[in-house]
Amino acid sequence: MADDVLTAPLVLEYPFTRTTGPVVGAFLTGLREGVVLGVRRPDGTVLCPPLEYDPITATALGEMVEVASTGTVTSWSWNGAPRAQQPFERNFAWALITLDGADTPMLHAVLVDSPAAMSTGMRVEIRWRDEREGHIADIEGFVPLGSVDGKGF
Amino acid sequence: MRDIAICSFAQRQQAAIPDESEVEFMVPLMVQAKDAVGLTQQDMGFTCSGSSDFLAGQAFSFVSTIDGTGPVPPISESHVEQDGAWALYEAWVKLQCGDVDTAFVYSYGKSSPGSLRDVLATQMDPYYVAPLWPDAFAVEGLAARLLLESGTVSERRLAEIASRSRAHAASNPHAVRRAEKSVDEILAEEYLADPLRPSDIPASADGGCAMVLAAGDRARELCDRPVWIRAIDHRIDAHTLGVRDLTAAMSARIAGEKAGVGADTVDFAELHAPFTTSEAVLIEALGLDDGVVVNPSGGALAAHTMMAAGLIRFGEAFERIARGDGDRAVAHATAGPCLQQNLVAVLEGE
Repeated sequence: MADDVLTAPLVLEYPFTRTTGPVVGAFLTGLREGVVLGVRRPDGTVLCPPLEYDPITATALGEMVEVASTGTVTSWSWNGAPRAQQPFERNFAWALITLDGADTPMLHAVLVDSPAAMSTGMRVEIRWRDEREGHIADIEGFVPLGSVDGKGF
Repeated sequence: MRDIAICSFAQRQQAAIPDESEVEFMVPLMVQAKDAVGLTQQDMGFTCSGSSDFLAGQAFSFVSTIDGTGPVPPISESHVEQDGAWALYEAWVKLQCGDVDTAFVYSYGKSSPGSLRDVLATQMDPYYVAPLWPDAFAVEGLAARLLLESGTVSERRLAEIASRSRAHAASNPHAVRRAEKSVDEILAEEYLADPLRPSDIPASADGGCAMVLAAGDRARELCDRPVWIRAIDHRIDAHTLGVRDLTAAMSARIAGEKAGVGADTVDFAELHAPFTTSEAVLIEALGLDDGVVVNPSGGALAAHTMMAAGLIRFGEAFERIARGDGDRAVAHATAGPCLQQNLVAVLEGE
């Protein structure tokens, strides 16, 4: 009887692709080129990272603005040993960083040895990965301003 | 508007429930909540549940739990991928429509098989934040430092909240973190996610709860002291952390105003505050004065069952009022990172 059982192949797949759109896509493409883009709001301020819609008024946004790769820490917390999925190899700080030319902060890592090296208001700059693919982790992390080429970390 | 009341409640929370599935531990709670008012599933005009397929790791996992209600012949039901407090909200809306007089609400979560503080990274922005896997404690740490450096809250104040939660939880059999600790002992703890200490973060729990709601005189028939939902409102802040004030919980403030929290005195508040910092922000946003006892159950700090901790706040407030330990209370639930979504209700005994 077992020979009479019908069988069929089952291929479990997730056959979806997404496009990131004109705003998020522009930001990610910028990262690949080593450039950070924000988007201008109707009141003239710049959101970075950029959103397609204004978080307060819901106005569609689209005017991309290049901001600097340097910025200021507005808050931080300490991450001890990296957790399994994190794209970082040793302890670091999480920080909200407002890039020069932007008016809102972005979340990323500041690569320093200990919480003693962190403070709100500290100036930081992006350390780019050598190989970039249009992904938020193209930013390897932020380092204290002036140390991007140093061996501090 | 129809008067809608909570008529019964049952809950279970433990640090982990390793040997039972969600369905297995929910069925006894469902029976308990229905038996308390002498109703069966077929007496329920509407049933609404809250849980997370994502947490269960299985699409449509909630369907198995609906089977646990005894839904034969077929029942009218719905599900929210949200804390059960939002299931209560949907049931409240359904009861307002007027075609049913009773509703059954339940929610549950079992996060112990995974690492919830990491899993919660997946609720963040999928392009800008989630790929970096910030854990939930570190994300709250960012809000905590803003709060501390703004000067409105001190580390001692946070330790006082943690110490009070532990003291209240000591007499709550459903709490997980029940060991009392003084403010100084808490301040002496090493940081877990600087500037947060272990006592600032929630004690994770598995569990769930079930509740029966009824309208008007039907509620009076079902229990000695219905606890009326006098007002309820929920609001959502922007998802992105960088575009909102993490020290203010604007959505909680608006929901509190819409629900009329400040319109009369309240005896106590059950706030779904996963962190000490969340509680400090919520007390301010809701305008609760020093006379309001906050989280007499110990709150979500003492037992945080993902997907149920908000509805359990309603249940804790119900039980306290039903037995006469207060007449008017605020019940609150939150969802999302750093108090992004907030639901506020005013409850009052018959």
